[in-house]
Amino acid sequence: MSVNLIAKHGMKDVSAMRDAYVNTLIKLAKTKREIVVLDADLSTCIGMDRFAKEYPKRFINCGIQEANMMGVAAGCAAVGKVPFVHTFGTFASRRSFDQVFLSIAYAGLSVRIIGSDPGVTAAYNGGTHMPFEDGAMMRTVPGATVIDACDCVQMEAITKLAAENEGLTYIRMPRKDVKKVYDTGSEFVFGKANELRDGEDVAIIASGILVDEALQAAELLQAEGISAAVVDMFTWKPLDTETVAKWAAKTGAIVTAENHNIIGGLGSAVSEAVCQLCPVPVERIGAQDRFGQVGAQDFLMDEYNMRAADIAEAAKKVIARKK
Amino acid sequence: MELDDRVERAEGCRLCHGGGMALGLDVLTEQDYPPLQIFAERIRLETVKELGHLGFGHIGGSMSIAETLAVLYGWELQHDPDDPDWPGRDMLVLSKGHAGPALYAALALRGFFPKSELETLNQPHTRLPSHCDRKLTPGVDMTTGSLGQGLSAALGMALAFQMDSRRRNVYCIIGDGECDEGQIWEAALLAGAKKADRLTLFVDCNGRQLDGATKDVLDLGDVAAKFASFGWHVQEVNGHDIGSIWTALNNIHMISGRPHAVILKTVKGKGCSFAEGKPNNHSMNISQDMVDEAVKEIQERISDLVRGPKNRTFKGV
Repeated sequence: MSVNLIAKHGMKDVSAMRDAYVNTLIKLAKTKREIVVLDADLSTCIGMDRFAKEYPKRFINCGIQEANMMGVAAGCAAVGKVPFVHTFGTFASRRSFDQVFLSIAYAGLSVRIIGSDPGVTAAYNGGTHMPFEDGAMMRTVPGATVIDACDCVQMEAITKLAAENEGLTYIRMPRKDVKKVYDTGSEFVFGKANELRDGEDVAIIASGILVDEALQAAELLQAEGISAAVVDMFTWKPLDTETVAKWAAKTGAIVTAENHNIIGGLGSAVSEAVCQLCPVPVERIGAQDRFGQVGAQDFLMDEYNMRAADIAEAAKKVIARKK
Repeated sequence: MELDDRVERAEGCRLCHGGGMALGLDVLTEQDYPPLQIFAERIRLETVKELGHLGFGHIGGSMSIAETLAVLYGWELQHDPDDPDWPGRDMLVLSKGHAGPALYAALALRGFFPKSELETLNQPHTRLPSHCDRKLTPGVDMTTGSLGQGLSAALGMALAFQMDSRRRNVYCIIGDGECDEGQIWEAALLAGAKKADRLTLFVDCNGRQLDGATKDVLDLGDVAAKFASFGWHVQEVNGHDIGSIWTALNNIHMISGRPHAVILKTVKGKGCSFAEGKPNNHSMNISQDMVDEAVKEIQERISDLVRGPKNRTFKGV
C-alpha cells in the first residue's frame, strides 16, 4: 500500500467534501449504470442537484421522509440497482434505524448511506442535528460496513469502494471544508487502517476530522520528547484489529480520537480489540456521553475536548498508566 | 380418480407458470374462477395444516388473503417456480409479513418448493420463518415483518422499473391495521407524486388488528378516499370473490400514470372454522382437533368446487 501523507498538514483541503463525493459519483455513474441516488430534501445541501441534472431519471428526491427513503432504496437494490442514499447523519441513523436495519441490512440488500454532518460538523444546526451516536448504532448492525471519512482524496476512494461493497455501507461525511490529510494517489481499502506516522511511546488511533488533530498532537508530543504514532482508522467496522493489536504491542498505550460519543464508536471498537488481543491502557477522546449543542465548529471542538492539545494530554495520561 | 389428483389436475390446467399470458388465454372467463377458488381453498388447507403442525400462529390474517394470493399466483404474476429469481418476474411484497404462512402455502402449491417443506415452518434453520425473508425462501421477493416497511420497498422496485421503462409490475399486500404506521402514508404520498403505475397495492381490510376491531383501536376512516386523495387509482372489492379481484386486476392494466390500490373487504380468519369471527384470531393456539375439523370443512368445499357445474364445462378437466 502506498499512502502519501502530505508533508504539511493543517491545511484546508482543495474542495469541500461534498464536491469530492458528488463529482466522483457523477463520474462513476457514467459507466456503472445501476447507480441511483436518493435524497430526502437535502440534495442541494451536498450538491447532488448536479447529479440530478446529469441523470434525472436516476435521482429520486423522496421529500422529507427518511424512513420511506430507506425502504425505497432497499426496493431499488432488490431489483438490481446500486443505491446511494443521503441525509444528515441524525436522520440516517436515529430517525430511520429500523428501516436501515430490517429493510436493508437484515434483508441482505446492498445500500450505501451517506450520513452527512457527523458530530461537531453539524455546528450551527445544533444538538438536534448533531450525530454523536450514528456510528455506534450502525456498528450494531450485523455485517455493516461503517466508515468515518476525513478528507477529499479519501472520500473519492470511499465512494468508489462503496459502489462495489456488499450489504449496508454507512459513511460519516462532513459536507464542508476539511483539513487535507492525503495526497492524490493514496490508496484505501475498507477494513484496513492507514498508518500515517510511526511512533514508540503511544499510538493515536483516530478517524474523520480528528485525524488532522491527531497529527498535530503527535507534533506537540514530539516537542516534548514523546514519540507518538498516528493511525487513520477510517473503517470502524470491520475493524482492522490486526493493526490495533500491532500498535498496542509496539507502544503499550493507545489514545483513540473520534468526532462521536466515546460510547459505541471508534474508542469502543478499539478498546474491544485491545482488551481481547493485547490489553494495554486506552484513553478515549470524543464526546464524553454528552448531547450535541449549537455553535461554530471551532467552539464545539474546544467544548468537547477534541483538539490536538486534548489528544496530547490524553497521550501523556495513558503513557503514565503504562505498567 | 382421487380427489387430490382431480384438484391437482384442475389447478394444473390453468395455473401454468409465467402468469396469465402464458396460459395462452386472451381473457379469463367465469369458467376459470373455480380452479382459482380451489387454489384459494388449498392455500387455506395447507396454511391450517402448516400452522397446526406447530400448534400456534397468525391464522386470521393468513386466511383473509387466500383469494388474493390465488389470483396473483394463479393468474396475474409473471413468475417461474423453476427459476424463482428470474429477472423478468413480477415482484410481490407481502408487507403484512406475519401472513407468510399463507404465502408459503401458495408458493409450495405452485411448485417453488416441496409441499412437505411447509411442515418446517418456524423450525430451527427452516427456510420458512414466521415472517417473510427474501434470503431464505424461494419465491419470496422481500423481507418483511416490521409493519409499514414493505410498501416502501415495493415502491422502490416499481420506481426502478419505471426509470428503466421495464414492463415488470410490483404487487404489495398490507393490512388495514398496518395503515396505522406513518410510513405507509409516506410511501403513499411518494407513489402518487411519482405516478408509480407499476405498483399495485392490496389493502386487506379485515377490520381487525391484534388488540381488537380496527375502528376501536385506531379508526382508519375511509381508506379508499385516503389513497384516492394521494393520487391513487382506487378500487374496492370483495376480497373473497375471485371474479371481483380478477376484474380489479384487469382494470389496473387499463390505467396508467397512477399507482393502484385495491381495497379488499375481507373477514379475518375467513374459511377456517376455529378462527373466522373469533375475537382473538390474529394469532391463536391451534390444537390437532381444531386442525382436523377445519381441514375437513375446507376439503368439503374443495370437493364441492371440483364437482361444481361450472367446472365440468372447464376445458381439460
